[in-house]
Amino acid sequence: MSDRSTHHSAFLHVVLQAGSIAALSGCAGPLSTLSPSGPAAASIAGLWWVMLAGAAVLFALVLTLFFLVIRRPGWGSGVSPVRWVVLGGLVLPAVVLIPLICYALYAGERLLPLPGQTPPRIEAIAQQWSWTFRYPDAGGLETKGVLLLPAGTPVDIVVTSKDVVHAFWIPRLAGKIDAVPGHQTRLRVQADQPGRYDGLCNQFCGIGHAGMHFAVIVKSPEHYSAALKEAAANGKNGEVKK
Amino acid sequence: MSVPVEPPSQGMTALRLHRQLAAIWATGPGVQRLAAVNHTVLGMRMMITSFVFFAIAGILGMLTRVQLASPRSTFMDAETYNQVFTMHGSMMLFLFAIPMVESFAVYLTPKILGTRDFAFPRLTAYGYWCYLFGGTILTVALIMHVAPNSGWFMYTPLSSNVYTPGINADVWLLGVTFVEISALSLAIEIVVSILKMRAPGMSLDRMPIFAWYILVTAMMMLVAFPPLILGSMMLEVERAFGLPFFDPRRGGDPLLWQHLFWLFGHPDVYIIFLPMAGVLSTMIPVFARRPLVGYRTIVIAIIALAFLSFGIWVHHMFTVGIPHLALAFFSAGSASSATSGVPIVSSAFFRMLTMRLLAASKSASTNDRRRASSPTSASSCSAGTASMTRPIFAASRPVSESPESSRRFAHWGPT
Repeated sequence: MSDRSTHHSAFLHVVLQAGSIAALSGCAGPLSTLSPSGPAAASIAGLWWVMLAGAAVLFALVLTLFFLVIRRPGWGSGVSPVRWVVLGGLVLPAVVLIPLICYALYAGERLLPLPGQTPPRIEAIAQQWSWTFRYPDAGGLETKGVLLLPAGTPVDIVVTSKDVVHAFWIPRLAGKIDAVPGHQTRLRVQADQPGRYDGLCNQFCGIGHAGMHFAVIVKSPEHYSAALKEAAANGKNGEVKK
Repeated sequence: MSVPVEPPSQGMTALRLHRQLAAIWATGPGVQRLAAVNHTVLGMRMMITSFVFFAIAGILGMLTRVQLASPRSTFMDAETYNQVFTMHGSMMLFLFAIPMVESFAVYLTPKILGTRDFAFPRLTAYGYWCYLFGGTILTVALIMHVAPNSGWFMYTPLSSNVYTPGINADVWLLGVTFVEISALSLAIEIVVSILKMRAPGMSLDRMPIFAWYILVTAMMMLVAFPPLILGSMMLEVERAFGLPFFDPRRGGDPLLWQHLFWLFGHPDVYIIFLPMAGVLSTMIPVFARRPLVGYRTIVIAIIALAFLSFGIWVHHMFTVGIPHLALAFFSAGSASSATSGVPIVSSAFFRMLTMRLLAASKSASTNDRRRASSPTSASSCSAGTASMTRPIFAASRPVSESPESSRRFAHWGPT
């Protein structure tokens, strides 16, 4: 009986999930890049929407031409082959791609951890299959599986790995950066609002890859250092605050 | 390139030559079939083999999806799942996509060039058997549950002997290298045959467009596959004998593998794409009963695409922490490869599509009627009745109205 009800609810769950995906509200999950909560993620999501709109316009253009040709045969013969090639092969992609790449370069430049600024640093150390975070500005405190960030402040995450290649990714806050053994990579992260976010390893790293998540707890600056001390103490006692 | 003057006895001589050559090169009966070297036979076998691997890889893909659809279930344990999705990717790419386009090339190229067979028929057979052997190694490993499990791109150090101590990664390195050697030998075969064995009068700029696509693809394979073979050898040497190419603890660098892999991996996208685009460029004009528009533009575009595709491998590595200037360079490169290559080709497709529909309609303009009466188009109208290769050739060579060229083709082209 309980089996059947579990089955039933699982079925309902699937139906509901399919419905929500259809309504595009599936984009609002804890790991969704489309519900950004920081400037970097916002600019990435903005770029995504711009590209979606551009792709939709191009798709509509191609379909329009396609149906024109079907509905009105002979329509395309007025344009010389050279003009087709130049317009469709050079002008159109130039008009579409040059603005897009300029926008992408501008957005990319804004995301960069430029050397001029020196925001606080947090070290993220990846290891099969867990994350350790060190806070040099807070006297080298460590948390395991939980990353504490101050709200509204940019923070540089310095990422490295002790074993294989991993990737550090908090979809709602920023893009991802690889954790490569023997290398240090840097990602600037800023969370706008206090709250709880999810992060994960985004590069296949072996048998425990799917479970290599971490929690991101964003505190307002005045509560930050107390929360950090508490989390570090919990981590030492073996309890990871989730 | 000189056209031999037709002697009266040419027909008889040709027949005698054909019989003599057939005695040496034809496929024998019974067990001698294993020694077949004919490109038609091997092309068909390769096509069938690649679709068998396609079926296996497809089933693996479905198994992966079943597990993903029920993430908490124990449909597969983690180790099996890792093997299944790794093998799905590896088989689709190395045992299906590349060999499938090669099999098209092996089957069609000599027919399109108007030659009896490839330049090195035994090398074709060698390529096929290498492919079958490599694919069999991987398939047997899958059945014995020791298949590769580090992802189809085999990033080190995960695929090193520290983190993958079993033979799983060795199976990948050996099996895939065999398939790569097969691809290299077939690429050499195709390049030499296209450059040296075309029918009399078929200069490079009169080649059917498919041959151009295959020529560029084969040349890309010659440059793209050695980095992966080299990388595989280095990784195998590291695994077997402890040389620290990719081990950061002993001065190696895991990014070296990624560069070698993607230096192959990115051009490989185009190696798979170009022959299929060539198939379209060949078929559409035939069915549209029009000569291909923009032959030269297409040739220039595919050559440009080949060069650009090698310049942008780093766009698979945007998250490894490279400087933004390099990021900018490689994204601009990626965009420009799209600008200068694909759209030109695709706009030509579109133009052909337009003409196909124009041809199908009764209300064709005068302009089109004039074209339809030109010798090239008229000859390609025979697509339905004549043998396959000739209309392809007729349809896809550039429009040339000069009597000189008509005469040069007259001795072997469609009449």
